Amino acid sequence: MEFTRKNGQLLSRIATNDRHGENSPYFDGWKAYNKDPFHPAQNPDGVIQMGLAENQLCFDLIKKWILENPDASICTAEGVDKFKDIAIYQDYHGLKEFREAVAKFMGRVGGNRVTFDPNRIVMSGGATGANETVVFCLANPGDAFLVPSPYYAGFARDLRWRTGLEIVPVDCKSSNNFRITRAALEEAYEKAQRSNINVKGVILTNPSNPLGTILDRETMRSLVSFVDEKNIHLVCDEIYAATVFSSPRFISIAEIIQDMDCNRDLIHIVYSLSKDMGFPGFRVGIVYSFNDAVVHCARKMSSFGLVSSQTQYLLASMLSDEEFVGNFLRESSKRLARRHCVFTKGLEQVGISCLKSNGGLFFWMDMRPLLKEQTVQGELELWRVIISEVKLNVSPGSSFQCSEPGWFRVCFANMDDETVAVALERIRAFVLKGKEEDTPDQKSKRWHKKSLRLSFSSSRLYDESLMSPRMLSPHSPLMLSPHSPLVRART
Amino acid sequence: MLSTMASSNSHGQDSSYFLGLQVYEKSPFDEVVNPTGIIQMGLAENQLSFDLVESWLRKNPDAMGLKKDGESVFRELALFQDYHGLPAFKNELVEYMAKIRGNKVKFDPKNLVLAAGATSANETLIFCLANRGEALLLPTPYYPGFDRDLKWRTGVEIVPVHCSSSNGFRITRLALEEAYERAQKLHLKVKGVLITNPSNPLGTTMTRDELNQLITFAIAKNIHVISDEVFSGTVFDFPGFISIIEAARDRNLENTDVWSRIHIVYSLSKDLGLPGFRVGMIYSNNETVISSATKMSSFGLVSSQTQYLLSNMLANKKFTSKYMKENQKRLKRRKEMLVSGLKKAGIECLKGNAGLFCWVDMRHLLSSNIFEAETELWKKILCEVGLNISPGASCHCTEPGWFRVCFANMSHQTLQVAMQRIKDFAERSSCSGIGKSYQQNMSSFRRKLLTSNWVRKLSSSDRDEQER
Repeated sequence: MEFTRKNGQLLSRIATNDRHGENSPYFDGWKAYNKDPFHPAQNPDGVIQMGLAENQLCFDLIKKWILENPDASICTAEGVDKFKDIAIYQDYHGLKEFREAVAKFMGRVGGNRVTFDPNRIVMSGGATGANETVVFCLANPGDAFLVPSPYYAGFARDLRWRTGLEIVPVDCKSSNNFRITRAALEEAYEKAQRSNINVKGVILTNPSNPLGTILDRETMRSLVSFVDEKNIHLVCDEIYAATVFSSPRFISIAEIIQDMDCNRDLIHIVYSLSKDMGFPGFRVGIVYSFNDAVVHCARKMSSFGLVSSQTQYLLASMLSDEEFVGNFLRESSKRLARRHCVFTKGLEQVGISCLKSNGGLFFWMDMRPLLKEQTVQGELELWRVIISEVKLNVSPGSSFQCSEPGWFRVCFANMDDETVAVALERIRAFVLKGKEEDTPDQKSKRWHKKSLRLSFSSSRLYDESLMSPRMLSPHSPLMLSPHSPLVRART
Repeated sequence: MLSTMASSNSHGQDSSYFLGLQVYEKSPFDEVVNPTGIIQMGLAENQLSFDLVESWLRKNPDAMGLKKDGESVFRELALFQDYHGLPAFKNELVEYMAKIRGNKVKFDPKNLVLAAGATSANETLIFCLANRGEALLLPTPYYPGFDRDLKWRTGVEIVPVHCSSSNGFRITRLALEEAYERAQKLHLKVKGVLITNPSNPLGTTMTRDELNQLITFAIAKNIHVISDEVFSGTVFDFPGFISIIEAARDRNLENTDVWSRIHIVYSLSKDLGLPGFRVGMIYSNNETVISSATKMSSFGLVSSQTQYLLSNMLANKKFTSKYMKENQKRLKRRKEMLVSGLKKAGIECLKGNAGLFCWVDMRHLLSSNIFEAETELWKKILCEVGLNISPGASCHCTEPGWFRVCFANMSHQTLQVAMQRIKDFAERSSCSGIGKSYQQNMSSFRRKLLTSNWVRKLSSSDRDEQER
C-alpha cells in the first residue's frame, strides 16, 4: 500500500492510472487461450483463438514474391549494396519510393476512384501510433471526440491514454443494423455540449471494427456535412479497406469529399498494412490528412514512430509491383469471402444469425437469444461459458462499448481451414445441445451453475508476465518453442 | 481548430540546429558533382564501419527469415507484434549492452522495453515519470532534439543545469542545487535529472565523481536519474565508460529506493550506425515503469523484420567483438584527424574520448562575446566556408563561441576538404582582423538572416530533418 502510494507520487499519473484500458475483464479470454492454446495435433481440445483480428490467409503469395525478388531485401546478396544507404536513412519524410508505393496502393484499394498524394503520406508506429498522433494534432487534453459504438477496444488507449482526450460514444442500434444516423450524432454532440465537453471531432473505423460493415455513400455524406456544419474534424480509420470481399465496394472518405463542397482541412485518414496485407509485425502506420498544418505537425511527430527503413525499402518494392498487388487483392478477397461464408452459413444452419457484412476479418454474431438476461452481466456469463466450455476465445460486445448486450465479435482469418472446421463444429454442437436438452428456463439455470465454477473473475488483475493484451497470439513468447529462432538467435 | 501542440513552435524545430540541416540540403557537398557544396558536419552519424556489417550480411544471407527449403519464419515475423519484443532480440541486446560496459554489469531482458529509436524511448520514459507541467533538470550543453523529445507532447519543462568551460563543463553539485532552486522559484516540481553519458555534444564520458554527485543528489531530492547512454559504444579512449548502473551498484545501492529511480535509454543508432532501423530501448529496475512503458511501446514498436535481422547479427559474438574494436579504432583515428586539423588552424577542442563529434572552441573568432556574434560566425561558416556545424546556442550552452563538429559521417577525403576549408578560413580571419571583417561583410547578411521572421520562414518549409 505504502509502496503503491509512493509510486503514485513518484511516477506520472499516466503511468499509474488505468486509462490504458488493459485491465478490463476482456483480457481474461486471452489468458484462457494462453493457458490452453488449440493445436490440431498436440492439443485438439484447447481454446481456439477467435479474438484476434489478423489476416493470415495470403502469406503464400507474399513469400513467393519475396523469394522471386531478392533485391527487395537489404539482407540478400542481391540487395546488400543498398544496406548502408537504407540503414542510415532516418528522414522523417520517409523514402520517396515508399510513399509513392503506399499512395498508389491506397488508391488501388479505393477502387482507383481517387489519387492519393505521396507528399501527404506521413508514417507512424502502426495505426496505433497514427491514431494517437492525429489526436495530439487535433485536440488538447480534456477535449473530446465522438466515436460511434461499437468501436475497437484499443481506442480507449490509443485515443485517450497519453493525450488526455475524452471519448463520447455515439450509440448505434441493431434495429437499423448499427448504422450511424445523423440524429444519433446530433444527440451525442448536444449532450456533450450541455456537459461543457468540448467536442473536437468524430473518429470512426470504416470498414467497421467490430461490425465488418462499410459505410454507404449517404451516411458518409451526412458525416461530412455534420462535421462541416459544426466545424469539427472527421478522422476515418480505413485500415480494413482492402478486406472488403463482396459488394457493395469500399468507398474512401477521400472519394466522398471529391464531390462535396466542404472544408477539407477537417478531413483525415488513418491507414496501415497490418490488416490488408497481414503485416502487423512490420509496424506500418500512415496518417493522411487533407490539412497541410496537420501533415506538417504529424510528420514532426512521426519521429516518435518512424517505419524501419529496412521495412520501407522492402514494401516500396513490393507495393509498386502492380501485377503482384492486383493478384494479391483479388485473391485475398476471394479467400476472405470463402471463410466468411463457411462460418456465417454454418451458424445460420443452427439458428445463429450474424450482422450482414462484407468486410473486416471478423463477423458480428447475434447471441441475444441465448442470454439468460439481456444485460452486460448476462453477456459476460455467456462469454465465460463459451471460453471454458466451447473453448473459443471470442470477444464480447461490451468490450467494444456496444449498447446492446448479446453480440460477439468472431475473427475468422487468423487460422487454417482445419481449425475453422473444428471451431464451427464446436459452436454448432454447443447451440444444438442447448436446444435439445433445455427449455429456456433450464438453459439459463445450467449456465448459471456453470458460470459459478469458473476459476477467474472480472475483478482479478491479469498476470503481466503472461499477457501481452495488445495482441495475444500464438506468437507471444509463451507460444514459441524454446528452439524457435524467434526465441534463440542462430549464430 | 488544431491542438495547441500543433499550432505552436514547441516542437523546437525552429532552432539554428535544424536550419543548418535545411541549408545543407539545398547544396550538399559531393566530391565529384558538387565540390563547392556544404559539407555536413552537423549530423552525429556513424558511417565508419558499414563494411563490417555488410560483410556479415554477405556471409549470412538468410537473415531475412526466409529459407528456400526448410523452415521459414517470415510468417511468424510478419505477425509478431507482441510489445514484449522478440525474445531472441532482447536476449542479444542485454548481452551486447553488458559487453559495451566491459561486462561489469549484467542486464535482465525482462527489464528492457523496446521503442522506435531513442527519440521514442526518451519521450515514453518522460510520460511515465512526470506529469504535465513538472520539470526535468538537464545539464547544458545538451542535444537540441531534447526540446522536442522530452517536452513537446509530454508538457514537461526543462530546467537547465549550467555547466561551464572553466572546469571542462563537468557537472557540479553546486550547479545541480542552483538549478533545483531555480525550479522551485518558478514553482516547478522537479521529477528527475537527465544526463547523456557519453555527452552529446561534449564527446566526453562522465567521471565516477560526477556520477556519484548525481546519485547523491537524486537520493537527497527523491528524484529520478535518466541516463541516455546512446553513445556508450563510441568510447574510443581513456578513461573509459562508466554506466550509471555500475556507479550505483558500486555504492551498494541495489536494494535501496534510488535503485528503482535509475533508468537507462539506449539505441543502436550511434554504436552500430543504424539510425534508419529505429531501434531504441529503455532499461529500468522499476516494475511499474517497465509495465507502463511496455504498454506505451505500442505507439512505436520495432519492426519485427528488423528485430530478427539484428538478433542474428548480435548473436554472432565474434562479429560484435570485432566490430566494437574496429569501430572504436576508426573513431579514434578520425577524431585525431579532426583535432589536429583544427589545431593547425589555431582552433582548440575540448578533450574528449567518445562520441561522433568534437566540442570546438571558437571563442577567439567571435567579434564579441555574445550569442549574436556566435550566430554570425555560424552563418559565415555555413554559407561562406560551406560547413554545417552546430552552434552552442542550439545546445543551450551558456557561453557563446562553442560549436559541435561531427566527424564520423563522411569519407576520409571529405574530412580533408573540410580541414582545408577551416584552415583557409582561420588564416583569412586572422589576416583581415576578425571583428572588422565581420562588421563589414556581415551587416547585410545580419539584417537578412538574424531576424526571427527568416528563421520562421525557413522552418515552415517541408525540408527539415531531425538528427542528433
